[in-house]
Amino acid sequence: MKLILEKRSEQSRAMALLSPLLAIAITVVIGGIIFASLGLDPFKALHVYFVEPVTSLWSIEELIVKAAPLVLIGAGLAICYSANVWNIGAEGQLTIGALFGSAIPVYFTTWQSPLTLVLMLVLGGVGGALFAAIPAALKNRFGANEILTSLMLVYVAQLLLDWLVRGPWRDPKGYNFPQSVPFEGWQLLPLLGEGRVHIGAIFAVIAVIALAIMMGRSLRGFEIRVIGNSPRAGAFAGFDQKRVVWFSFLLSGALAGLAGICEVAGPSGELQPNISPGYGFTAIIVAFLGRLNPIGVLFAGILLAISYLGGEAAQVELGISDKTAQVFQGMLLFFILACDTLILYRVKIVSGRPATAKV
Amino acid sequence: MNESALSPAGSENAAGTLLEARHIVKIFGELRANDDVTLKLKPGEIHALLGENGAGKSTLVKIIYGSLQPTSGELYWKGEPVTVANPAAARDLGIGMVFQHFSLFDALTVTENIALALPPGLDMADLAARIQTVSADYGLPLRPDALVADLSVGERQRIEIVRCLLQEPRLLIMDEPTAVLTPQEADQLFVTLGRLAREGCGVLYISHRLEEVKRICHDATILRHGKLVARVDPQQETAASLANLMVGSEVAAVKTAKGRAPGEPLLELVNFSMATDDPFGMSLKNINLTVRAGEIVAVAGVAGNGQGELFAAISGESVTADVSAVRLSGEACGGENITMRRRRNAAFVPEERIGHGAVPNFTLSENVVLTHHAIGEGVVRNGLINRLAAHAVNAKITEMFDVRKGTPDPEARALSGGNLQKFVVGREVVLQPKILVVNQPTWGVDAGAAAIIRQALIDLVRGGSAVLVISQDLDEIFEIADRIAVISRGELSEADPAEDMSLERIGLLMAGAHEKANQVGETATTA
Repeated sequence: MKLILEKRSEQSRAMALLSPLLAIAITVVIGGIIFASLGLDPFKALHVYFVEPVTSLWSIEELIVKAAPLVLIGAGLAICYSANVWNIGAEGQLTIGALFGSAIPVYFTTWQSPLTLVLMLVLGGVGGALFAAIPAALKNRFGANEILTSLMLVYVAQLLLDWLVRGPWRDPKGYNFPQSVPFEGWQLLPLLGEGRVHIGAIFAVIAVIALAIMMGRSLRGFEIRVIGNSPRAGAFAGFDQKRVVWFSFLLSGALAGLAGICEVAGPSGELQPNISPGYGFTAIIVAFLGRLNPIGVLFAGILLAISYLGGEAAQVELGISDKTAQVFQGMLLFFILACDTLILYRVKIVSGRPATAKV
Repeated sequence: MNESALSPAGSENAAGTLLEARHIVKIFGELRANDDVTLKLKPGEIHALLGENGAGKSTLVKIIYGSLQPTSGELYWKGEPVTVANPAAARDLGIGMVFQHFSLFDALTVTENIALALPPGLDMADLAARIQTVSADYGLPLRPDALVADLSVGERQRIEIVRCLLQEPRLLIMDEPTAVLTPQEADQLFVTLGRLAREGCGVLYISHRLEEVKRICHDATILRHGKLVARVDPQQETAASLANLMVGSEVAAVKTAKGRAPGEPLLELVNFSMATDDPFGMSLKNINLTVRAGEIVAVAGVAGNGQGELFAAISGESVTADVSAVRLSGEACGGENITMRRRRNAAFVPEERIGHGAVPNFTLSENVVLTHHAIGEGVVRNGLINRLAAHAVNAKITEMFDVRKGTPDPEARALSGGNLQKFVVGREVVLQPKILVVNQPTWGVDAGAAAIIRQALIDLVRGGSAVLVISQDLDEIFEIADRIAVISRGELSEADPAEDMSLERIGLLMAGAHEKANQVGETATTA
């Protein structure tokens, strides 16, 4: 008896939707086994991890705060990956976006006008796009692998941020803590309601809708999908692969940069050495879990935000490391890529050896 | 030259049959690729296996050669039941196979390539000597120390054949061997096969070229949709009757439109040269070509002589700095990309339907957008795709070209080769282009689909369009072309009227005897 994978004649639409759900289920089961092997009650642990984050108003607000950057970045990455362009450096683009936008409150500490915020947001997007332009240019000009270049630039960005907040941009009144001047007034994003939810969440929703229309209806979205699927057919259609590389890198970089400035002008309210708990990397999982579809990214972003909150809750209530969140995120990506095989293949069980001619 | 008169030498053999396949069934998922197929082959017999694409020929051959195991049914070798577990077991029995796609290493010599297929520990000098003897013996001249990269396709095929012959096969399976050969090379191959047959070796010959089957084969088994439909003596059949057995219905004869006076030049290449940067590509040298309104010009040639590059140069996938080297409707457009050339009412069909002409995991209506987005009846407006318009075009293509499919708008990869080719050609023909360039219009397509496609090209020309067909299929070229040019090593011969061209002349031009063909013709045939 053996298992074989048999190719389907077409991609299975049902499986494309079922695959992420299957991956989530397997992740939960394996997660339960890991908790049990740590000596914890797996059902209680999973409850703390996945259910408690959505049971109180406070935690739901916190969920939105965490989901907003994931969705914003993930939607951009979904476009990139649809084009077969592998931007792994969204974390770096987020960081540079945050730096560009923060230059306004750092250098013009007292400038207060609605324009202050608009300029900060625009600079955030521009910074992220410029930083993403580096791997795009290297790929188009020299054929350099964008996975490596964009990933390595993340560390360049993070070290630059570290140097700035410990050096030239350090708040003179900050008792030598590595942080910038605190932002205030029009240097901060307006809040939605009483809690910590800011208008970054609205940006995320707008981005999802705009990109969904672009990918579903426009020629530009069609061009991206054709180049991503079959570059030769794209050339035959008259589409330019290099232009698609530029477009997808600049777009995803700008969205990551916008997410970066929204983090510092939102929940943090200042620049610090650590402005993101790895949103730029987690957004890669968001993009895949969301089927590289902007609408799907919205749901996937919320789910991954739960894993962050669950990690914090598990640390407090169960006394285990908050790195569990990364374990869950890693497992999820692993299983979803594995389950995606089933979109084009079906599993068949073959009993025994196939009948052959007798000797 | 006529081997057809040969009688199977093994008919007096005591065993009677060399190979027998009884009631072979092979099921893939829901598809019955072979459904109760029986085949019998005598020693010294050249046996044709005929059928359209997807009829189950390859499956049957793979079962005989041990690469696949049958779901049920038995194989008998010299009257004894056998299990052919894998190709090595087949070789041990004495079954050799020459595949359609060669598996050779370009950077190795002939001897080294052959040594790879033989048991290890051979003396290379000894092997080289054996290769020399066998190849000279069977009229397959080969230099053992030549690098494969420097050899023509015909010579590469010889390596594969010699590789089989060294193992002294009792049965040689050949999969579409002449698809890559010039007519002269094919003649040479037939001589070799005839000699093998006289020595008692059986040959299982897969081909869709019915004229050559009639010429060299003693017996023929015909498959259709995985089932055995007939076992016939090809000598008693006509090419048309064999085609009808393969297709299962009358193949519509193409109504030609020859003999009209051509109009003004619509497509011109003037002293066109283009160097390739692909190490396996072919540079185009000083090409001159004119296609006029109301005529079909065909470019014949063996694969890999610059057809792909020529197509790219005309379509605009490759642009050239010499703007006036390409003219569409009289206007210089060498620097324009494919979209701009499409706007000049030119349309293009590339050789590979999957991955070049169509995106495999896109639906047909999405694949309509691929070539209609800059032109056509409003498929794209203001940067937005009008899905209804794309569906309408798809429906129109389906109706005009009888594209068979399970659902109205499946993914391109779900279609059979013939149906996808009808779609890809139809997608351009529905635009009624003034200029149409088609690379290998019916490559790997069944006879029914080929007839529909050829008829569409002829109808287009009747309406005053200019059509350029790049093809390896000489039967097709003679069927539809008004003028014929031959491409060889990136150079194109003068396009002469089809009635002035003979198979021999085309063969010489394919082998590279440009323009001087008339003077050196006789000497070259004997070379």
